[in-house]
Amino acid sequence: MREITGYVGKPLLRREDRRLLHGEGQFVGDIVLPKMVHCAFVRSQVPHARIKGVDFAAARRAPGFVTALSGRDIRNVVTPIAGMQVSIPKGWRDRFHYHIDVPAQQILADDKVNYVGEAYAVVVAEDRYKAEDAAELVEPDFEVLEPVVDVDRALKPGSPVLHAEVGSNVISVMSTKKGDGAAALARAKHRIKRRYYHHRYAAMPMECRAVVADYDIRTDSLTVWSSTQVVHWIRKEIGSILGMPEERVRVIAPDVGGGFGGKGHVYPEDVLVPYLARTLRRPIKYVEDRFEHLVNSAHARDNFHDLEIGFDDDGKIVCIVDDFVIDSGAYSPVGATCAANSIAHLLGPYDIQNYEAKGTLVATNKTSNAPYRGAGRPEAAFAMERAIDIAANSIGLDPILMRLRNMVPPERLPFSVGLPYRDGVPITYDSGDYPQALRRAVEELGGLENFRRRQAEGLAAGRYLGIGVGCYVEGTGVGPFEGASVRLDPSGKIMVAVGANNHGQGHETVFAQVAADVWNVPIDQVVVTTADTAAVPMGYGTIASRSTVTAGSAVVHASAKVKDKVLAIAANMLETPTADLEFRDGAVGVKGVPDLKVTLKEIWWASRPGWDHKRPPDMEAGLEANHYYEPPTVTWSYATNAAIVELDPDTGRVTVEKFVAVHDAGILVNPLLADGQVRGGLVQGIGAALYEEIAYDENGQILMGTLADYLLPTADDTPPITVIHQEIPSPSNPLGVKGLGEGGAIAPPCAITNAVSDALRPFKAEFNATPVRWEQVRKVFAEAGVSTPRGRG
Amino acid sequence: MKPPQFDYHAPGSIEEAVTLLGSYGGDAKVLAGGQSLIPVLNFRLARPGVLIDINRIGALSFIREADGGVAIGATTRQRMIEGSDIVGRRAPLLADATRLIGHLPIRTRGTIGGSLSHADPAAEDPAVVTALDATMVALSKRGERRVPASGFFRSLLTTALEPDELLVRIEFPPTPAGTGTAFVEISRRHGDFALAGVAAQVTLAGDRASEVRLAACGAGPGPIRLAAAEKIVRDGGASAASIEAAAAAAAAGVEPTSDVHASAAYRRDLVRAMTRRALERAVARAAGGTR
Repeated sequence: MREITGYVGKPLLRREDRRLLHGEGQFVGDIVLPKMVHCAFVRSQVPHARIKGVDFAAARRAPGFVTALSGRDIRNVVTPIAGMQVSIPKGWRDRFHYHIDVPAQQILADDKVNYVGEAYAVVVAEDRYKAEDAAELVEPDFEVLEPVVDVDRALKPGSPVLHAEVGSNVISVMSTKKGDGAAALARAKHRIKRRYYHHRYAAMPMECRAVVADYDIRTDSLTVWSSTQVVHWIRKEIGSILGMPEERVRVIAPDVGGGFGGKGHVYPEDVLVPYLARTLRRPIKYVEDRFEHLVNSAHARDNFHDLEIGFDDDGKIVCIVDDFVIDSGAYSPVGATCAANSIAHLLGPYDIQNYEAKGTLVATNKTSNAPYRGAGRPEAAFAMERAIDIAANSIGLDPILMRLRNMVPPERLPFSVGLPYRDGVPITYDSGDYPQALRRAVEELGGLENFRRRQAEGLAAGRYLGIGVGCYVEGTGVGPFEGASVRLDPSGKIMVAVGANNHGQGHETVFAQVAADVWNVPIDQVVVTTADTAAVPMGYGTIASRSTVTAGSAVVHASAKVKDKVLAIAANMLETPTADLEFRDGAVGVKGVPDLKVTLKEIWWASRPGWDHKRPPDMEAGLEANHYYEPPTVTWSYATNAAIVELDPDTGRVTVEKFVAVHDAGILVNPLLADGQVRGGLVQGIGAALYEEIAYDENGQILMGTLADYLLPTADDTPPITVIHQEIPSPSNPLGVKGLGEGGAIAPPCAITNAVSDALRPFKAEFNATPVRWEQVRKVFAEAGVSTPRGRG
Repeated sequence: MKPPQFDYHAPGSIEEAVTLLGSYGGDAKVLAGGQSLIPVLNFRLARPGVLIDINRIGALSFIREADGGVAIGATTRQRMIEGSDIVGRRAPLLADATRLIGHLPIRTRGTIGGSLSHADPAAEDPAVVTALDATMVALSKRGERRVPASGFFRSLLTTALEPDELLVRIEFPPTPAGTGTAFVEISRRHGDFALAGVAAQVTLAGDRASEVRLAACGAGPGPIRLAAAEKIVRDGGASAASIEAAAAAAAAGVEPTSDVHASAAYRRDLVRAMTRRALERAVARAAGGTR
């Protein structure tokens, strides 16, 4: 174990807990402003229609009505957010064949609606009840169009095309390769091709999205509170679309009840609500309800991977060729990120020399598809990890042993993969021990041999047990940058602000731990601000498992700039060379002389502008610095998840007996919060494997409109989970940290489908699609004529 | 997700409630625990002009022994039923079923009368009253009307209650000696509506099953009495073969539909499994004297 000398590494409770647990959290929904009005969006009930007109006559007569707008009313006034909200660096573009032609979504649909739930009008009224009453009275004149309800239909000649400006339903294609996949496949002793489908589901935060906006006429400025992960992105869009200097737009994410990627980009409401506030000169509130969240906030996954694996008699993988299609829904606001991630992560922790991958994004009349915790990695891991199990079983090799034969051994790290990451830099797995993670996970389940014995004994008694693992690597802490601002306050407190956005992770605690160690002050001397554009000039946001890596490093670097000045002033005050000084307990003191010191508060007073300061000659006043940390590239987290399941032959019920994750996120700044992050992700991944699903019918109607239909795993349904952290430091950043926000959610779907398939090996059943439905499991037993032995039901 | 406008009445007595129902009739909805009605209102799936909140009528909340059985007031919370000694002794099947309803906060608000009046086909209470031939007692200005369970559930979410009638109490018949009960269901998650559930009550007299009561939920437009399965066990006894045959008959006798959670065929298959398990458990309890 590493010795913990400071705050980094300590399992501190969250600073945020007090207010959150006392019901004193301040969410967007809690904000009440004088003269505030409320809006309700009028959302399409059909998946595809041309808008011929929108009639507000009846709505205008409703009690409490304030105003209403259709897409046409704002067409040239509130222009769309860019179709793709992220940029792609040259290093990536050079190595990929691609075309990306992602359409922009109108702020309110004006020509066509493209999915059930797309807003084509907004109604403002004195309260939300009245707004909904008036919204009901809005009469659309729609010419209903044939919907494109799946990718097969979308790709067929003669299919309706969603976006005429693109000209086809293919809105992006990208491909890359290393070695020669086709030739290697031709030479491979064994090859197995399957279609692996990772279904459609969504981030389902406890707090839905919400926006409150307030316009100040005196300063011509907007203050916007949004339940978001990316305040700076929202500021940028509001500034450019509404024609305001960004400095006059302040975006704040107060307490946010979960994001998971679903709040990781700018939505039309983030721009329209501030526009209405400015137009009406009244504060305005929009709080999305759960139905709206299900139909209009981004969905995720929905990938078909046609993956072929080539391998030899020993189980050594010689090539992977994957051709996958993503059902993007109507728009793709974060563009091709998930596809790029899938391609970059598909090879996982394995050393595979030949690889070809191609991803195609297809538009359909469904809710937009955007990154959700894992963002391209769960689908890639699912295809790869199922393929390995199927391949291993085909040659009578245990799937766990086949993985060990193919993993990159620790002595070969750093390991160059031979592909570019989405930041354009060639992928290098920087640190870790992949085989150890796998071995530890299986040991935690009682060991492989022991399990195989249990499994055989169970089978003899009519019990169906299975073991499954899922292994992955995850690039984390991606750029382009993150900002931090560090300032010494006259009180002597260290004021830290980060561009990262806190939505439950405990950033106020974690960055205080980092800063307290950097400054060697008691942690109570650090004040942290997150998710406020007024606090940091430039920021990026909390997405992509990046905040501890990027914002943490920015805090370290910004602190260093301020500390240099503090040290120089202290040297001047103490008349001692800086080399003889040290930061200790909220002061700068002379090494070896405990009583000779000046406190940070005294140093601030010595630094102030004006007369009688004690700065060295030529030093400017001001103890503050911004730093924009631009990571050289990502750092590589990884994990093995492992599960034991038992299947009930009578009903097909899947019971997860035990679930283990061995995870490496480098140095853990706060092991308690790290554990919670991984565990939360695992539960979401278990939800994806067994419960959560968004389905559409053949007419393009969404079938899940409530949380009684969209099933989230509850505590009752969560199996016993063990999380083990392998803390192998990253060499890539000053803290030695790797990201861990998303990791938990990546591998449960493959671990559980592998375990279910393992339990059903006597019947040669393969589960190559998620979620695992009990009904399908039961079907396997029913066809085999198997039922639960008497008395065990 | 805000309800449309409605007028709200909170009568303090049964008489007052019945009078209000008499004057508003079809334009009124009765609010009890609100576990189904409030979501329906928030989704604007129902637009009653008037809501009559009967939660303040103390006389509607009681559990008492009556004629060897038990009578339960319509607004008695499911949580009270779950913990009631009287129910445990006099109507153990109802106690078994109530434990499976939703989650604790739902049972704390939810009422037996509300569940029966709402008549969700997947709900437990309708299956229990169907199995036990309980009597629903409805009151209106026209007087009291006693409706047997067999005639109470008309179709999906529809009962025999007239617009001016208020369900005031439910009467359960006595449970014979030598009886065992079981309510077995399967749901995707703990606390969800059942994909399929079966209520079983078996009375043993020596080797014979003198009385067998079976009803299913989640397997049709309403609760379904599994008469053919009952007869097989009554005639053939509680042997494994008889139970297996009864389970098959139960599956053949239901009319499930498909939805996002399960296909009709799967639900039918689950009725078979649930019937078998419910019968096995009820018989074991009857034999062991533990109900």
